[in-house]
Amino acid sequence: MSTVATAPPAPPTPVRPADRAPTLARLTEVELRKLVDTRAGRWLLITIGVIAAAIVTVQLFVVPDERQTFTAFFTPSLLPVGLLLPVVGILSITAEWSQRTALTTYALVPRRERVVVAKLAAVVLAALVSVLVSLAVAAAGTLLSGATGGAGSWQFAWSLLLHAAVLQVVNVLLGAAFGLLLLNPPLAIVSYLVLPTIWSVLAAMVTALRGPAGWLDTSVTMEPLFGPDVTAGQWGRMAVSWLVWVVVPLVAGLLRTVRREVS
Amino acid sequence: MIEVENLTKRYGPHPAVEDVSFRCEPGTVTGFLGPNGAGKSTTMRMICGLTAPTAGSATVSGRPYRRLPNPGREVGVLLDASAQHAGRTGREVLAVAARTMGVERGRVADTLDKVGLNPTAARRRVRAYSLGMRQRLGLAHALLGDPRVLILDEPANGLDPEGIFWMRGLLRDFADRGGTVLLSSHLLREVEAVADRLVVIGGGRVVAQGGRDELLAGAGTLVRARDPHALRLTLDRAGLDATAGTDGGFVVRAEAGAVGQAAADAGLVLTELRPADSGGLEQLFLTLTAGSSTKESVK
Repeated sequence: MSTVATAPPAPPTPVRPADRAPTLARLTEVELRKLVDTRAGRWLLITIGVIAAAIVTVQLFVVPDERQTFTAFFTPSLLPVGLLLPVVGILSITAEWSQRTALTTYALVPRRERVVVAKLAAVVLAALVSVLVSLAVAAAGTLLSGATGGAGSWQFAWSLLLHAAVLQVVNVLLGAAFGLLLLNPPLAIVSYLVLPTIWSVLAAMVTALRGPAGWLDTSVTMEPLFGPDVTAGQWGRMAVSWLVWVVVPLVAGLLRTVRREVS
Repeated sequence: MIEVENLTKRYGPHPAVEDVSFRCEPGTVTGFLGPNGAGKSTTMRMICGLTAPTAGSATVSGRPYRRLPNPGREVGVLLDASAQHAGRTGREVLAVAARTMGVERGRVADTLDKVGLNPTAARRRVRAYSLGMRQRLGLAHALLGDPRVLILDEPANGLDPEGIFWMRGLLRDFADRGGTVLLSSHLLREVEAVADRLVVIGGGRVVAQGGRDELLAGAGTLVRARDPHALRLTLDRAGLDATAGTDGGFVVRAEAGAVGQAAADAGLVLTELRPADSGGLEQLFLTLTAGSSTKESVK
């Protein structure tokens, strides 16, 4: 304990240089770190990458040679990422409550909305990185295809890259919004995964729902993002579905998180 | 410096904390005593801005906790040692906190060393930690930002006797260097060895507070007679305020001389007559809080 005994007493001045609130950039860096510093988080991210690579590999074998283009590899790799990456967003938010780390996190940063914004920024960055991963596996697939007698064509509409980025960012925000609103990992994950299925089942059974589904079912409204061309009307429908499933839950969830008693 | 003024928390009609006020001065250790469910943790969470009070206010170093720009550098908080992500290593838990507070990385290893977690333990995941190790990690977390105030909820839980002794030394030293310590416990013995001041809470209300020595002295006289019933009657007749202990003795708020005189006048045989020491404070603590803890257990 000699370090304690010889340390100078704390200065009595009320303000020290260290008394500055952590910046949003630093909080975002911390939240990015928290995505990968547990075994669960790291393996979830690795699994997503492996599945994307596996899909490209399967395509090398099943897709006719002449149709093995860069675009043909890129688009399907977006699917598993879009489905699983939001789970990372859900866990980032809900684990604070299920693992009870909210007690220390919000004691260190009492302005909870800053932590939430940092978490959203972290998962958005992860979504953008995932698009780069999709590009990388598609490029690898194209190279292999070219080397094994496939088309190996690099033809690619750049609008597709923008659409992919929008798709993945909105997907993780959708997951994060569910997590923020429900604050419970299993409940949030199941709701997030089951919701599109419920929509399609309902829309198939109830004819009256088919019209609204075109505006509200995100799996329907965001379908055009898998192609290079999206019309203004399609963007409009997307915006409506995002308002309902992303913006409203995000705002409600943020209010709930800020007001909730931490114990 | 911690100042708590009229803090109140109600859940529906049930008051968990009712009008609690106290101050913790720099250079002192304040023991926050009360049975389980008395409102200690709720009070501490309200001080730390984690639970919104129904009424009243609390400040740390002159400011409401939520107004502290970088609270970890001002006040070290340990509210529940088990509230850590089971999948993170001990070192990673501190590294994340250090980055959040803007503390240089080197302090992580120093602080781990200070609380007695060796590099092997620090590399293990919190899932594999015993409660005692989690308390040490929690204490390291609280000390990491080199704060001037410590708020610790039941920090001795799960520590072995050697660990409890070590922690007392650490807290005493922290206070002697001008720091402010508030620590809670449901065990009087644990707190009286280190605290300068005591705040006793029962059923959500402060039932006693003051300097430890003052409270010890105020515990009065312990008296025991061969015939407890006759003693009770005698004390009542003499107008002496007596509290029955669990073992047939009484703690009387009077000088030993006055108690002995009353007994002698009634011709009673006393088997014990002495100033109530810490045992007396324990009886005081038990009687002050007995009603509320039984209420708590049937709630």
